[in-house]
Amino acid sequence: MHELPITEEILKVVLKHAVTNNVQRVVGINLQIGKLSDLEDEWIQRYFDYLSKGTLAEGAKLRIERMPIKMQCPSCSQSYEVEMTGLENLVCPKCGEKGGSLLSGREYYIKDMEVQ
Amino acid sequence: MAEVRLIEVKEEILADNIKVAAGVRERLQKTKTMLVNLMSSPGSGKTSLILRTIAHLKDSLKLGVIEADIDSMVDAEKVAAQGVRAVQLRTGGFCHLDATMVTQGIDALNVSDLDLVIIENVGNLVCPAEFDTGAHKNVMILSVPEGDDKPLKYPLMFSICDVLIVNKTDYLSLSDFNTEVLRKRVLALNPTIIIMEVSCKDGSGIDPWVNWLKDEVAEFKK
Repeated sequence: MHELPITEEILKVVLKHAVTNNVQRVVGINLQIGKLSDLEDEWIQRYFDYLSKGTLAEGAKLRIERMPIKMQCPSCSQSYEVEMTGLENLVCPKCGEKGGSLLSGREYYIKDMEVQ
Repeated sequence: MAEVRLIEVKEEILADNIKVAAGVRERLQKTKTMLVNLMSSPGSGKTSLILRTIAHLKDSLKLGVIEADIDSMVDAEKVAAQGVRAVQLRTGGFCHLDATMVTQGIDALNVSDLDLVIIENVGNLVCPAEFDTGAHKNVMILSVPEGDDKPLKYPLMFSICDVLIVNKTDYLSLSDFNTEVLRKRVLALNPTIIIMEVSCKDGSGIDPWVNWLKDEVAEFKK
């Protein structure tokens, strides 16, 4: 739902790196986004295409790697991965304890970019 | 055609907001003003809870309220009518508040002599969960008519909050909302969250909530 402000931030960071590296054109951008985030890949690309018109990043393709949701067992501290649908019945695979606290899955990260 | 090369970026997309939010916390630490971010769906009772809270606390604490609304002054006017300092941030089409907008609110409120400022975030269970406002505590409301399945649909919101207020308990007898099922679902996602049941309509359950706030403010001021 908040693809627009996120996309504005992505473009800002990308253009900053493009300028400092004397880039002529940004071709691709590799992002890591946690599975807990509600962003739609398609909309990020659409907003990006719109916002980046006339900039060095115009036409760049965004590739989004979805990062797993990792929980930590409150009893034995084991960390384990779950899907969104598994959040209802969290069970530690090591000791069987129910529930857990969130370790990761909220990432919003720009890994690298392909440039010319 | 020029050769394609790879540049490492390694940056958090929300790095700017995270930095501004940390700045807000630091600034309010100096004035000993605790900031609470109140989130919920539209119509869950954020304004009603704030009005109840003001009625209980305005004699013992100096309060301020930052209201976010798409485009109206309704909530800030209700709060100001209670004699509490309030500012309304018009968020336009924005679906959440970020730390920069909250900074504007804090500037406008002139918080230096306030003990507690409550942010009434934009009514939405998705986006506000992603953006750190700079608050010291995150509180959410889930109202009974919304249903006990909401933790399954919006797990991030339930994961990041310190307190969950279950509001409109006066509707429980009319609904198939199961408080025990809700508790299990929420605690599985967030084992340390504090869950309180209230009815802003008849005032039941408000005491534990305002006592929690008072204790937290006292702890914060130490």
